[in-house]
Amino acid sequence: MKKLPTHLILIFVSLLSIFPFIWLISTSLKGNSENIFAYPPQIIPTDFTWANYTGVWDKVNFIGYFINSMIVAGGTVLLNLILSAMAGYPLARMEFKGKKVTFFAILATIMIPFQAIMLPVYLITLKLHLVDSVNNFAGFIGLIMPFAVSAFGIFLMRQAFLGIPKEMEEAGIVDGCNAFQIFWKILLPMVKPSLAVLAIFTFIGSWGEFLWPSIVLTKEAMYTLPVGVNNLQGMFSSNWRFIAAGSILSTIPILIFFLAMQRYFISGENEGAVKG
Amino acid sequence: MYNSKYAPYLFLLPAGIILAVFFFLPFFQTVWLSFLDYSADIYNPAFAGFDNYINLFKNPVFYKVLWNTFIYLFVAVPILAIFPLFLAVLINQKIRGVTLYKILIYLPVIVSIVVAAIAFKWLYADQGILNYVVTSLGFNSIGWLTDPKYALYSVIIVTIWKGIGYYMIIYLAALMSVPNELYEACDIDGANFLTKHLTVTIPHIMPTIALVTTISAISAMKVFAEIYVMTKGGPLNSSKTIVYYIYERAFENLDLGFASAMAVVLLVIVMIFSLINIFCFERNKYQL
Repeated sequence: MKKLPTHLILIFVSLLSIFPFIWLISTSLKGNSENIFAYPPQIIPTDFTWANYTGVWDKVNFIGYFINSMIVAGGTVLLNLILSAMAGYPLARMEFKGKKVTFFAILATIMIPFQAIMLPVYLITLKLHLVDSVNNFAGFIGLIMPFAVSAFGIFLMRQAFLGIPKEMEEAGIVDGCNAFQIFWKILLPMVKPSLAVLAIFTFIGSWGEFLWPSIVLTKEAMYTLPVGVNNLQGMFSSNWRFIAAGSILSTIPILIFFLAMQRYFISGENEGAVKG
Repeated sequence: MYNSKYAPYLFLLPAGIILAVFFFLPFFQTVWLSFLDYSADIYNPAFAGFDNYINLFKNPVFYKVLWNTFIYLFVAVPILAIFPLFLAVLINQKIRGVTLYKILIYLPVIVSIVVAAIAFKWLYADQGILNYVVTSLGFNSIGWLTDPKYALYSVIIVTIWKGIGYYMIIYLAALMSVPNELYEACDIDGANFLTKHLTVTIPHIMPTIALVTTISAISAMKVFAEIYVMTKGGPLNSSKTIVYYIYERAFENLDLGFASAMAVVLLVIVMIFSLINIFCFERNKYQL
């Protein structure tokens, strides 16, 4: 019984955390004969309908947005895994000239917020013709490249490689492996847990990214989910039933991903792993 | 080849190219652009010396957005440093339903900021559910996003709401490292909940509190999507912050020099926070 106040507070905060979504779901399920501005507000729809979902589904290319988001997030994750692991390996395991300078140069990128350099990043992307007005493929590359590697990923992989005993590598050298084979066949399989962490958090970050795609994208066919959802406001101006239904629809994929991977997020083992 | 002295450089090359093209080059270009004047001819900018900076510091809107950004910090950061700690202490007990609480409180972190902003815009609607609560308590309804007095705070609430779960998990990880014997000693002494945490928990996780303070300050400096989706910086610039103003001047007014001068100001502020963060609180993470 003495835990009761604790539970009451946690239930209250949990409700606050999900209430905006509950209210959005409630609105999305109300039919045209029900006043969505009714006082007092009704959580349970009296004129229950799925029509808003089918309506918004017919007018908006959610599958297209979803595929675009998958391509961008998938490409971003893949490049981050490869590039971070490759860069983390020599920083952890090799001695070379300029190692300290390289290390601090990478560390310095943590201090440069994308928001402060987005204008030149856009100008460079234009110059490299990596925009959707050239073609869709170039558009995807342009969406991915500025986020293809991060200092966070490199340091995460460096940490992981530092944790592997030196004997593992020495055994490889005795067997006649070169640096690349040691990296690919011996070390990489041993850092799979860190790769998984990097993949999951890069995916979440890329999936929710809004600023960059809203700067570079010009074609509706290239919209990722966040850009497409923001666009619902313009398409349906004050039709909150449709806007609500579309917002909820767009959230389903990431919700499934979160529930499937929840231990990575809430265990606390990967403290501070989401982009800062 | 791979065993040669070039091997480390080959491994670093791909990441190096990306960082060079999309971080270092734009970084120097931001500084360079801030000395150019694009107003006469956008394709042939003229060298302008410190004109953009002079214009910036003469511009009342710049002071407004700077002030708004600091309000953002002063409101959001203390709440995000303290409230999630309180929740983490509550959740870090032997109680039922811990996983469910964690999932529900973490949910806003995972959901797209665009969807979160739309959900709040709906709560904040003129005849929306929040104004129902306000009017049934006997007050006049509030223009949450339309009244210059409230718009900034309404947006800050969304940022706070979306960050609580994230910082709670960081605190939970830190709490696990507090030795249990210290709490047991407190129990023997008959200390109550408050003294127990003031004397044991807080001193023990002070570094984490400092870390959360700096990272929440850095992310508050970078807020964009909430403002873009909910208010577009309005009404009357009341909810406009530095990043949003940079975006507006760069991509809507095509005032590249002015926007870059402001970006340099943002860079300097964020770099100060980051340096504090890296050298004081995250030394272990980078093994400095």
